[in-house]
Amino acid sequence: MKKKKHSEVRYSKYGYIFSIPFVVAYLIFQLYPIIYTVVIGFTNMQGVITPEVHILDNPFANFQTILTSPSFRNALKNTFMIWGVNFAPQILLALLLTAWFTDRRWNIKGQGLYKVLIYMPNIITAATIAILFKSLFDYPTSPAQDILTSLGLISKPINFPISKSFCRGIVAFIQFWMWYGYTMLILISGVLGIDPEIFDAAEVDGASKTQVFFHITLPNIRTIMLFTLVTSLIGGLNMFDIPKLFMLGGPDNATTTASVFIYNQAFSGSYMYNRAAAASMIMFIIIMILSSILFFLMRERDDGYGTTSGKKRKSYAKKGGAA
Amino acid sequence: MATATPETLSYDSIPKQNRPKAHNGMKTIIHVVCIFLSILSVLPFWVMIVNSTRSTTQIQQHALSLIPSSYMINNFKILTGKSFNPLVGLGNSLIISCGATLLTVYFSSLTAYAMVAYDWKLKKAFFSFIVGVMMIPAQVTTIGFYQMVYKVGMTNKLSMLILPAIAAPSTVFFMRQYLYPTLSMEIVQAARIDGAGEFRIFNQIVLPIMKPAIATQAIFCFVSSWNNLFMPLVLLTNKEKYTMPIMVSLLRGDIYKTEFGSVYMGLTLTVLPLIVMYLILSKYIIAGVALGGVKG
Repeated sequence: MKKKKHSEVRYSKYGYIFSIPFVVAYLIFQLYPIIYTVVIGFTNMQGVITPEVHILDNPFANFQTILTSPSFRNALKNTFMIWGVNFAPQILLALLLTAWFTDRRWNIKGQGLYKVLIYMPNIITAATIAILFKSLFDYPTSPAQDILTSLGLISKPINFPISKSFCRGIVAFIQFWMWYGYTMLILISGVLGIDPEIFDAAEVDGASKTQVFFHITLPNIRTIMLFTLVTSLIGGLNMFDIPKLFMLGGPDNATTTASVFIYNQAFSGSYMYNRAAAASMIMFIIIMILSSILFFLMRERDDGYGTTSGKKRKSYAKKGGAA
Repeated sequence: MATATPETLSYDSIPKQNRPKAHNGMKTIIHVVCIFLSILSVLPFWVMIVNSTRSTTQIQQHALSLIPSSYMINNFKILTGKSFNPLVGLGNSLIISCGATLLTVYFSSLTAYAMVAYDWKLKKAFFSFIVGVMMIPAQVTTIGFYQMVYKVGMTNKLSMLILPAIAAPSTVFFMRQYLYPTLSMEIVQAARIDGAGEFRIFNQIVLPIMKPAIATQAIFCFVSSWNNLFMPLVLLTNKEKYTMPIMVSLLRGDIYKTEFGSVYMGLTLTVLPLIVMYLILSKYIIAGVALGGVKG
């Protein structure tokens, strides 16, 4: 006993030693930039060369400017709108595919290939996809115009790039198209983590596929669905590549998201570092709130792989058996 | 991966006569929907590749064609004749992505090992910290990061896009979750008795144990680093340092406005390596996504 204690103490220092590279890199490349960003948000740092950087007389002036700025509000509105329009169909389609692919009574052949193809857009460079879609929906000649004309839906080309709602819709569609496969794979892994005995029991009891899905599958992947929601929202708040390159944030700022706004404030010739920093911090606070929700959700999970905890599983098993 | 086995086993264990009959009509609908979605995934890339082989005039007459033409070389010449240099982008992207991937998987494994194998006072707090900061995206710290790098004169240095990869909280989290049930301390103890140092034990015994997790994380780290546009766009202003996604963004510029064929060509060049790699590794990638439900 004594010996063991001694060896633990002797080795415990390696716990610290082996964490050093991570901690040092984190301090330099992440923690310091975060603090520095906060500080810049309170200063007059503007222009290529700022004569003397100092904290403003009214430290919150940048935050006030940003929060009351119509363009920031518009960017925030666009971000949530585009995210919402992409997420609702994304989770619904992912759920439908999950139901089809995981109920072994369907026994869908070739689902491996379907999964590979459906997930593929997620791995492709978003910058490329943005410009590809810009080319696909260009005016006056583009593949989309060709399809619509040959289907007889339009007689002359439509000027897609100047329609605000159309461009927002396409950005949302691209996000949907790139991410529903990912969401589907996550949900499927959640379903595979459910104890198969529950499904066996339900089948023996003569439950229909729909009943199994709504009464067993769905309640069991509730946690992982919430998790998907939060991670998607955090990702959505940082949406940059697609809106930036598809229509350069336009037309008329219709696809300017929060990230595009921040980028434009600091790096598109206006050099408003202080305002960009203030806007970043506002986004940071929103993300921190979401992250704490996420943190709370993950405490419920046993293993971090998306399965519900054993305890929960048992209680669902009882419910499943009763139904 | 492992979770898939019990499912298949238990289904096979049901006697054939007890299995419910498949509803063929519904099954057809499922296949139709899946085939439609598969086509939706492939079609834009197919159009892109085909159009990269067609001349601008051909594209203007019929923008949509599924049959390749013979203007590939010509498009490539127009493309590279302007500011587009795919080899430079390819080289820089390879350096950054390989460097960042190596650093991330090695140091994340090391940090995870520190949290699993040793008992130290701050371990629990450290783990909570990692989970807490895991979701903070790089974007919100960009202004501070850019100013810091600018002050020390390190913009346009690829190392500023590689070194931060040493600290990857979400990868550490994943590695820790993998290592925790996998690592047997008896092996470590045995190696200690044989006189191996702690660092050597990690490199020669623990790293091989972690191979599956490392492979998964390496793929995703590589892909996300390869596809990253925001940070390189902020830091790199020198054309010689451009990465592939920045190169792509040049195709949005006015000089390519009327060169449809070569724009498609440029896009194709940037994604073809990715598509090929994906199709080769797809089995592992699909399994990896399911495992790493943490990556956002």
